[in-house]
Amino acid sequence: MSDQFIFALEVTLNGLMAGVLYALVALGFVLIYKASGIFNYAQGVMALFAAMTLVGIMQGQVPFSHVINALFGGHVTHFGWTVPSLLAIVLTVAVMVVLAWLVQVLVMKHLVGQEPIILFMATIGLAYFLEGVADLMWGSEIKTLDVGLPQGINLWIDETTFNIFGYGFFIDNLDIVATVIAALLVAGLVLFSQYTKQGRAMRAVADDHQAALSVGISLNFIWVLVWSLAGFVALVAGIMWGTKSGVQFSLSLIALKALPVLMLGGFTSIPGAIVGGLIIGVGEKLFEFLIGPMVGGATENWFAYVLALIVLVFRPQGLFGEKIIERV
Amino acid sequence: MLDGADSYVTEDGRTIGGVVMEMKNITLRFGGVVAIKDISFDIREGEIRAIIGPNGAGKSSMLNVISGFYSPQEGEVWFRGTKRPPMKPYEVARYGIARTFQNIALFDGMSVLDNVMTGRLNYMKTNLFQQAIWKGRAQREEVENREAVEKIIDFLEIQAIRHTPVARLPYGLKKRVELARALAAEPKLLLLDEPMAGMNVEEKEDMSRFILDVNDEFGTTIALIEHDMGVVMDLSDRVVVMDYGKKIGDGTPDEVRNNQDVIDAYLGVAHD
Repeated sequence: MSDQFIFALEVTLNGLMAGVLYALVALGFVLIYKASGIFNYAQGVMALFAAMTLVGIMQGQVPFSHVINALFGGHVTHFGWTVPSLLAIVLTVAVMVVLAWLVQVLVMKHLVGQEPIILFMATIGLAYFLEGVADLMWGSEIKTLDVGLPQGINLWIDETTFNIFGYGFFIDNLDIVATVIAALLVAGLVLFSQYTKQGRAMRAVADDHQAALSVGISLNFIWVLVWSLAGFVALVAGIMWGTKSGVQFSLSLIALKALPVLMLGGFTSIPGAIVGGLIIGVGEKLFEFLIGPMVGGATENWFAYVLALIVLVFRPQGLFGEKIIERV
Repeated sequence: MLDGADSYVTEDGRTIGGVVMEMKNITLRFGGVVAIKDISFDIREGEIRAIIGPNGAGKSSMLNVISGFYSPQEGEVWFRGTKRPPMKPYEVARYGIARTFQNIALFDGMSVLDNVMTGRLNYMKTNLFQQAIWKGRAQREEVENREAVEKIIDFLEIQAIRHTPVARLPYGLKKRVELARALAAEPKLLLLDEPMAGMNVEEKEDMSRFILDVNDEFGTTIALIEHDMGVVMDLSDRVVVMDYGKKIGDGTPDEVRNNQDVIDAYLGVAHD
């Protein structure tokens, strides 16, 4: 076996795992889009907000401490305790649910029946607002996030591949964990939406508001539920990316990477988000590895977008999206 | 007013009970347009009550008032002996009033079975966490409700298309699935908005049969809006006639047929 092939294999594996992380972010978009027809621009910022809240709670930071100190001249920054990561995650989920409820009551409820573009603009506003609130609450410095997920090279894979190929693969433990968690999350979401009462109600709302009302479904409740789920997915994505590259503003930009994933997979398909993520992940790593050296590298920055553009030209609804056929 | 005592038996042997729903002096306006003007009528338990009238008479508006999609500016809605406070449509549905729509409102992405199952949502009492764990009560509940749904699917003869996504069904079957979903809620009052609109003769006959069977078998009280005069006269026990938002007739099909106002407004010419 040639060295080139073995390298390509390793690159592919790494690409698959990066793809899972893209898919995680894309999933949050798909959830909200399916249930309410809203493209939630704030999904990336929600991941950032969730990650910052998690770090803040774990380190026992006083929320809004800068504001409090500026107003009352104190010097409080920390409560002086630390919270175990599992409890902190539960608390953060609670915060995301409250956030979902606030978004519904203060913003979305008043925009029912508006054009999709209006709703989209509202989520852009939400994104900037949330970004500001996150900074005010927890401070804008770069933080490290460690909830106890394993990190670093997986030695077992390294040794095994060394024995087979004579070359040890570098696979990060964190990527493996992320893959497993993403798989569980997706399986859970699919089961939830297919087989539970609330899942069925969620799909019903996505299909037809009037009909949903006529069978006794409260749109308000379902939308809070959907935004909470999106918040939860944002938290998971925030934990993975935050652990990988620190909790900082750029975390919110991962949402941009989710866009080509969505165009590839279609905005309405959960499996599409997964496969789209994997194709982008593998595609950009392999492209960088094979073609990158010929064009001077840095192809990872644009490959995903060009691929999405090509898909848009030939299959506007994405690879898995529902084809919209208008009867004439 | 709510004299539940004077029930009577129809010619075909069905018992019609006391008043289930009473509309008192309902007025509904959209800006300056008066869609419904001071209309009162009642619906008795177990009867098939029709609301008819020419286009734009306010029939659908009336149905939307009953089902909570519109709230009238004036008037009271009494349901099962109590005055109903202003309610959202989903609250009305939980209250025991199910409906179908003039332009079919089904969940296109779901199978027939799932669509009908949504009608049972209010019978599923387990909460989010029990549902998420999907063991014990939640599972039992699903099985029970599934049984109820299967019974209705059998009754309306749509067993063969159970797992078909509704988007693929022809028009007549979609209407039947919508009826199944409304029935699954075991409503105290079933509202049908033009159940036979756009159907061919055969489909109309099928639908008429199902409406009569539902009424007969489950004793469901039905209020329906319909254009097809022949169908209405055959189906219903009592008929309300509306024209330009006003009530111009109310009574048995025969009474209505011979009412001069109704003939003028709606039928145009008298039948012999």
